[in-house]
Amino acid sequence: MTMQLSRSDAEDFLIKEAALLDAWKLEEWAELFTEDGEYLVPATDDPDGKPGTSLFLIYDDRHRLGERAKRLLKKTAHAESPHSRTRHMTSNVAVGESSNGTIAVSCNFVVFRSRMEVTNIYPGHAEYLLVSNGSGLRIRSKKAVLDVDALRPHGKISIIL
Amino acid sequence: MMNGHNASSQELAGLIIDDRRDASFKVHRSAFVSDEILALERERVFSKCWLYLGHTSELKQPGDFISRRVGGRPLLYTRDRDGKLNALYNTCAHRGALVCRERSGNRRAFTCGYHAWTFDEKGRFIGMPGREALPPSATENCKLDLVHVERMEEFKGFVFVCYDKNVMSLTDYLAGAGDYLAYVADQGASGMEIVTGTQDYCVAANWKLLQENSADGYHGVPTHSTYFDYLRSRDSTNFATMNSRGWVKNLGNGHAVSESIGLLPWGRPYARWVPGWGEDTKAEVEALNKEIMERLGPERGNVVANGDRNLLIFPNLVVNDVMATTIRTFYPVKPDHMEVSAWCIAPAGESATSRDRRLRNFVEFLGPAGFATPDDVEMLELCQRGYANLESAPYNDLSRGMLCNAPTKTDELQMRTFWRRWRQLVSGDPSLELVGP
Repeated sequence: MTMQLSRSDAEDFLIKEAALLDAWKLEEWAELFTEDGEYLVPATDDPDGKPGTSLFLIYDDRHRLGERAKRLLKKTAHAESPHSRTRHMTSNVAVGESSNGTIAVSCNFVVFRSRMEVTNIYPGHAEYLLVSNGSGLRIRSKKAVLDVDALRPHGKISIIL
Repeated sequence: MMNGHNASSQELAGLIIDDRRDASFKVHRSAFVSDEILALERERVFSKCWLYLGHTSELKQPGDFISRRVGGRPLLYTRDRDGKLNALYNTCAHRGALVCRERSGNRRAFTCGYHAWTFDEKGRFIGMPGREALPPSATENCKLDLVHVERMEEFKGFVFVCYDKNVMSLTDYLAGAGDYLAYVADQGASGMEIVTGTQDYCVAANWKLLQENSADGYHGVPTHSTYFDYLRSRDSTNFATMNSRGWVKNLGNGHAVSESIGLLPWGRPYARWVPGWGEDTKAEVEALNKEIMERLGPERGNVVANGDRNLLIFPNLVVNDVMATTIRTFYPVKPDHMEVSAWCIAPAGESATSRDRRLRNFVEFLGPAGFATPDDVEMLELCQRGYANLESAPYNDLSRGMLCNAPTKTDELQMRTFWRRWRQLVSGDPSLELVGP
């Protein structure tokens, strides 16, 4: 099945995702994913690595990404308590190949995170596999690849990119 | 505030209060903030102790190399054409520039970008443009070669360097910690290997806080309750049946381990199946466990497969064998800032399904985006911020379990073991005791 998606529709969807994250509506963010959805961030020194053969920073199946969202909303998720302020910038959106009901979409991103008077910047690009289920687009896979050599000075990825 | 180089040995030793009579152990917070103390640590700890360089599996082929900072020094770790490992200082014999800028690769020659002086993978000078302008004697006696690190030794695949040529052998240095590295080395029937993908991060805190934290069972529940919530949601874990208090041992020379054998709430990739992995995976996990038991015998097999261990090797190597096995090392950049690198070590040649399970399991807890490590980073940074009050609130307390004959993981013997060795080296007084409650 070939899926049609315009760039502006893809962009609208990514803007909606970014807005949920910046508003800390993380459970609503997790709902954007399909039942078999996954969220991936490769190691900074192996950006082309494959999950399952390379050690990733984030290798979430659907259950874990939902739990990630729930966790970050708890006061006991200390790294995000109190919450940081984030701003997700999304650009250079491109719609790629479609196959088996999914369509590839890529974008560049920069995420700013500020907390306790420190601001960190997470630049990178993201690769999505999206599906349309009638009521709108859903994410089957999101891979965020950071353009940094190390998580320095960030120290962690305690937010969702 | 402590002024390190001007401080006497006695004053430096006095940073630690090790009061056996009142069962009180305190560390002065200036040890975490002082530039002078850091300068002393560079001289007396990082220049004198064996430091982890890497694993033999990281350099598989002749010509493979890795450039890596160890104790703040940029090194080149190479496997040469004869299959031998080398640890070289990554600095040109001419003006000192790094001769290698890549993190890793395979090559037989390193050419400095500045004036094109070239060295082979053993560090031998090969050539330069305009050789005739230097006297023939310039290259005699390997004078223009890259300099080898003073000492490099291997223990069961773990390669260490030391910048002091007179240091004791690595095996002697490791003392009781060697047995624990051997448990890790024994996991794989065909040896162990480092998985690609490094977790390189940092913490805005003193480096010693991470050594303390890495085998601190006491913080597990308050700091990491959200991780246990995750396990509960996935595995319906009954925490009431868990017996996780374990024990702690002083392994000599400042090394320590916290350990337990048996039931903990997380899965272990080859030994402890958990429901969240799916019923279909159970048979493979049980078969892996059986292979270890048969290969090593029931007693050692039980320790290797069913034991969870947090191993601290002085000064800054952590080998935690828990929901996966991680090697972690870290160095101070400033008193309040460290750089951390962490790897996953796994049985060489394990099945794709087991490797996948291991890598998923690793990052459920470990690493800068796991469900636990970011909260450790946060706690260490909060400690460091708190030390700004040290003039009025000068001491950390590490007394837990001093009255106890059999300290557990939630006691603090592992930290006291570290600090007693630290005190001995930093004060330069070898008569100070390493053993204590």
